[in-house]
Amino acid sequence: MSMLSSLISSPKNLGTIDQRLEQCGVSRRSFIKFCSSLMVAAPFALALTDKLTPEAVAAELGRVIRPPVIWLHFQDCTGCTETLLRPSHPDLGDLILNVISLEYHETLMAGSGRQAEQALAEAVQKYSGKYVCVVEGSIPTKNSGIYMKLAGRPAMDVLADVGEQAAAIIAMGSCAAWGGIPSADPAPTGAVGVADLLSSKAIVNLPGCPPNPYTLLGVVLQFAAYGTLPELDHERRPKFAYDRDIHEHCPRRAHFDAGRFVKQFGDEGHREGWCLYEMGCKGPDTHAGCSTRHFNEIPDVWPIGIGAPCIGCTEKSIAFRVPMFQVIQIHTTAEPPATYAPIVAHQGKVSPIATGLVGLAAGALAGAGYVASRKFSSVPDDQSVPGRSPGEDPRNTQGGPGKDSARDK
Amino acid sequence: MIAQMNRRQALLGMVGIGGTVAAAVTAGAEEHPAHPVAAPDAVAMLYDNTICTGCKACMPACNEANGLPADTLLSGGLWDMPSDLNSKTKNIIKLYEEPDSSAFCFVKRQCMHCLDPACVTGCPFGALEKSRWGAVTWNSSLCIGCRYCEVGCPFDVPKFEWNKWNPKVVKCEFCYDRLNKDEQPACTAVCPTGAVIFGKRTDLLAKAKERIASSPGRYFENRVYGEHEAGGTQVLYLSKVAFNKIGLPKLGSTSLGHYATKVSSVIYKWFSGPVLAACFLGSLIRKNWNRHEAERPERERATGLRDQL
Repeated sequence: MSMLSSLISSPKNLGTIDQRLEQCGVSRRSFIKFCSSLMVAAPFALALTDKLTPEAVAAELGRVIRPPVIWLHFQDCTGCTETLLRPSHPDLGDLILNVISLEYHETLMAGSGRQAEQALAEAVQKYSGKYVCVVEGSIPTKNSGIYMKLAGRPAMDVLADVGEQAAAIIAMGSCAAWGGIPSADPAPTGAVGVADLLSSKAIVNLPGCPPNPYTLLGVVLQFAAYGTLPELDHERRPKFAYDRDIHEHCPRRAHFDAGRFVKQFGDEGHREGWCLYEMGCKGPDTHAGCSTRHFNEIPDVWPIGIGAPCIGCTEKSIAFRVPMFQVIQIHTTAEPPATYAPIVAHQGKVSPIATGLVGLAAGALAGAGYVASRKFSSVPDDQSVPGRSPGEDPRNTQGGPGKDSARDK
Repeated sequence: MIAQMNRRQALLGMVGIGGTVAAAVTAGAEEHPAHPVAAPDAVAMLYDNTICTGCKACMPACNEANGLPADTLLSGGLWDMPSDLNSKTKNIIKLYEEPDSSAFCFVKRQCMHCLDPACVTGCPFGALEKSRWGAVTWNSSLCIGCRYCEVGCPFDVPKFEWNKWNPKVVKCEFCYDRLNKDEQPACTAVCPTGAVIFGKRTDLLAKAKERIASSPGRYFENRVYGEHEAGGTQVLYLSKVAFNKIGLPKLGSTSLGHYATKVSSVIYKWFSGPVLAACFLGSLIRKNWNRHEAERPERERATGLRDQL
């Protein structure tokens, strides 16, 4: 197996990528294809891919010395590793292992037990201050973090050790970025992300369940080439992959704008590929690049593409918290192309019944007022009328008819 | 107070008041000629609905530039979908569909920034002003929400904030802040096809006429709407269908400010007319009251009843 052979024959010293590719017999064509994929994944805001042609990227990348990468697994499902190895056209797993120098990776490495522990310790010591530490999976903190142990040591301690000497830490996947599934209610292990424990280090969060493998590669290779990390947002996510939300670039956006929504899974609209907003798609609130960079390098291989609403797997406030099929509010504004204001706007109408009823009520009040007023007699001595008797002084509290106090003036 | 006035005094009074009013009216009329001339630096927008594709990019651009929220009432919170200009919409694209065919065209509606606006003369407190470059701007600290501008505008542009406790009037102001920074208005800047463009009025009028000349029969009546309507406006329209079909009213070439001035800038200036009328009526009421009070003792003696008032 070429992968295994490349691991076994890995040189003691890191060579450049070009040297390595030549050594392992990886075709130039495959490498150029890889560079094109990288450019598609990171079309802007990444210095490495900011070139006109894949050949230019390949030339730049070829000179880069392979970065040593130590990959730690904590409370993970290994999905983020799998995503890196999914692409098979070309044999990317092989290519990836040639482009980076994977010093320690529990799933892929040949050794185990003592050998593995030794490999980790050696790699940390040899490349101290130079290696990129990729963390996959969340770190338990409850009860001194006993819920995940590596060679008998709690994950928190391993992270502190290995992370401390890393040049940069990449938190791969939602679990490492903010806690992921293990942090969902009731979070029995107190799972947190890397940034919650090592906030002062240079950390890049790549949330997603799993994230796109090219996002990881873009960050790692940029770091290897220039020693810099791409521009990050306030949640330490690289802007080139996470600055826009799914809704902005969704291929089904035209259906949203025209009001064509799937009402039930399997209905006519679902078969036609209509918008999944009413099925609880979290696309409008989820920052990720999935709508343009699908998975497995096959177009439409992504949740919405296969007819499942986005669950917002990159967002801490949504994923595994907001129910999958709960409809969310849209916060951005847009103009639907299919509806226009008419030349003359419709005016509101008052119904004739309402006018009639109000008229009746007004008339009744007027009539009652008139009838009541007739009861007030204009004759001075009329005793049958309500109110005070004539001739009585209103200030006179002893009251009683017949008192002529007014005439006393 | 004036209890008795003899005939001479009354006559003199009337002549005096009448003369003042007449003098002021004739003086005011000179500032608002029947056919105003645009200032040399007057800016304008030219909208050509044969180019407009109805993309509505100008609508969110306007909302953003003016800090207005989206009007999502009709879409249940999803989209900005106003049915007309309103307190959240200073600029709107409307669709005209020919009744018996599938022909259609769009029209962009916003303030026309008339050369002599009816709203400016109609405003009793001068909140609306014809500012630099001819943009009609609105000063929120002077507006009292009386809606005279809404009533006076022949294009039905200013809109009242019905849903606010302290309502004001909202209308397009030609992106005056952006003009001051040497930028185009937001709608003209964002239009992807160049259906609405910005420039000096003289240049855009010439451009419009050039378009008419080079494609005769393409534009309705081969003329530019806004060249003379209501004395001339600073938003010019070229349309392939009749202007009244797309909601642009048929107007004469006399400026509306010219008509309105006679009333608003004299009788209603600072509400002086109504205030004077109130003073006059007040004096009448006072006279009647005093007479009533003078007659009170007699009345009480005659009826034996205390006066109810």
